[in-house]
Amino acid sequence: MTESTARELSRDDLLGLYRRMLLIRRFEERAAELRMAGFIPGFLHPYIGQEAVAVGVCAALGPGDAITSTHRGHGHMLARGASPGRMYAELYARTDGYNRAKGGSLHMIDTELGFLGANGIVGGGIPLATGAALQLKRGGEGRVAVSFFGDGATNEGAFHESLNLASLWKLPCLYVCENNLYGEFTRQDRHQPIADVAQRAGSYAMPGVIADGNDVLDVLRVAAAAVARARAGKGPTLIEAKTYRHRGHYEGDMGAYRPPEEVAEWMARDPILTFGARLVSEHDVVQSELDTVAAEVEQTLEEASAFAEASPHPAVGEALEDVYRETVGGAALQ
Amino acid sequence: MRTITYAQAIREALAEEMERDEQVFVLGEDVGESGGVFGVTKGLAARFGAERVLDTPISEEAIVGAAVGASLLGGRAVVEIMFSDFATLAMDMIVNQAAKTHYMTGGRLTAPLTIRLVTGTAGSTAAQHSQSLEAWFAHTPGLKCVAPSNPADAKALLKAAIRDPDPVCFFEHKLLYNRKGEVPDEVEPLAFGRGRIVREGSDVTLVSYLKTLHDAVDAAEVLAGEGVSVEVFDPCTLVPFDREGLRASLEKTGRLLISHEAPQRAGFGAEIAAIAAEDCFDLLRAPVVRVCGANTPVPYAPELERFVLPDAARIADGIRSLVGARVV
Repeated sequence: MTESTARELSRDDLLGLYRRMLLIRRFEERAAELRMAGFIPGFLHPYIGQEAVAVGVCAALGPGDAITSTHRGHGHMLARGASPGRMYAELYARTDGYNRAKGGSLHMIDTELGFLGANGIVGGGIPLATGAALQLKRGGEGRVAVSFFGDGATNEGAFHESLNLASLWKLPCLYVCENNLYGEFTRQDRHQPIADVAQRAGSYAMPGVIADGNDVLDVLRVAAAAVARARAGKGPTLIEAKTYRHRGHYEGDMGAYRPPEEVAEWMARDPILTFGARLVSEHDVVQSELDTVAAEVEQTLEEASAFAEASPHPAVGEALEDVYRETVGGAALQ
Repeated sequence: MRTITYAQAIREALAEEMERDEQVFVLGEDVGESGGVFGVTKGLAARFGAERVLDTPISEEAIVGAAVGASLLGGRAVVEIMFSDFATLAMDMIVNQAAKTHYMTGGRLTAPLTIRLVTGTAGSTAAQHSQSLEAWFAHTPGLKCVAPSNPADAKALLKAAIRDPDPVCFFEHKLLYNRKGEVPDEVEPLAFGRGRIVREGSDVTLVSYLKTLHDAVDAAEVLAGEGVSVEVFDPCTLVPFDREGLRASLEKTGRLLISHEAPQRAGFGAEIAAIAAEDCFDLLRAPVVRVCGANTPVPYAPELERFVLPDAARIADGIRSLVGARVV
């Protein structure tokens, strides 16, 4: 998709973007409730507030492209088209989960979607996407890799080493920084001496582009240009999407370190509410259509959590399986 | 049968695997045009092109990460870590990412890369260029660990490592690179987890690997002159470890000595001793003896380095104490 086609999205395309953002939002809100209700044993790092970034970037991708994600990865995975039922099943630690109950939120994958994993290590996915881009470049089919990460990750060596390598080798990679203003509990101005992460691209001789991370169409426009550049063999782009997480770093963190006025200001710029209003005011969408989308999303998620609940628990012995793909020597590897 | 060096054997394995499978590629610091700081990859870039023998920046995390990422999509990367000490800079990619990929994805994804780790002292290479870190990696579930002591095994095991569907740490000792040995004209991959008896004996089983194995053989020779028959066992791979092979040897000898260059405390020898205690308690006629590196960093001065690392004389002393120990 190019910059011009991003402006030529059909009404259905636009509603599709809306639907996907709402799916992420409600998936996460329901996950928080399901965790409180005792269905989900592990961590959750909610993506709520940042939905426009995942959906905008993924709308610019094709089927053969690859993604690495973060600890806040549900949004990226759903934006790529993953099954909410299998995702909930993984969060529930059931055998129909994406990782057969071995990974949970932080390690979810869908290889068929080229989704190479959430990641429990801040910045951990950045070198992996770089390697994926290397492999895709070697394949010569014009496919690209995308790495999502936060502002906090841009202080990791992995970020700097990877951007340097990718630019040097002109790898087809998009480095998408979701600057939500906080690295865990620490405000950006207390963890790095710059306001715009995009300026770090300059050190690595690649474009650094800022997108409004709460505007799905702006993200799509910027991502589509970067994808086109990567497919054309011109190398990587650093995209900084300015956004905000509505909730704490993880579910349970009350976010006491954030000024209430700041939260209120960003909540007023909710990417889903503002996009819905825009669809109504600029694209002849009527509210009842948005309501229908919302009802369908609820139905999908109701079925997804029911699927998860019906899925079997793993057998205890499975804990000893999958350490290796091949176990020549059998038990000796254990 | 030809006589070639350990470095040449590794180079041949790389070349033959690259020839066999176009997904195989090599990356690392100075491995391309220069052929690597130890010359192991010399000529590969000229033969296979810079696209398959990639010189990298000095960025260990990105190098290993790129290899892991490529491996997730079907690439077969072989990384050279110029000095295994530098693996510390890539530990997240090795330990948190590659090692755990298969397990934490429920077997749905794997990272089949090979990491060549240049190990051990080369003589006064001091504390940050001499370490033997195999125990760190052997301790990490998901990694396989290979430690060849001679050219033929190096070639056969590296071929197996490259074809293996799991991440493999392949340890190469610097002082072995110029050591020569007979290598068959055609080398097939050698299955992991099968040790070999390097020298048969009946009084003591001496387990060692990499460079120290040769000191062990020298010590066995000395002890033969004193009427002590030493069986030298080379496990070839640490993970998987040939438990059956160890037991079969202890059935003959009933005494175990373990020697490696890495510091003794929590070194891989401790695992071997534990395996012997678990599997072979009934066979042991004397306490297990370890002759390993001292629990110090590796010092610079030659006399200090000699003092902290095992050698044939020290291994021989260990054997004497073992055969002199009270027999149960």
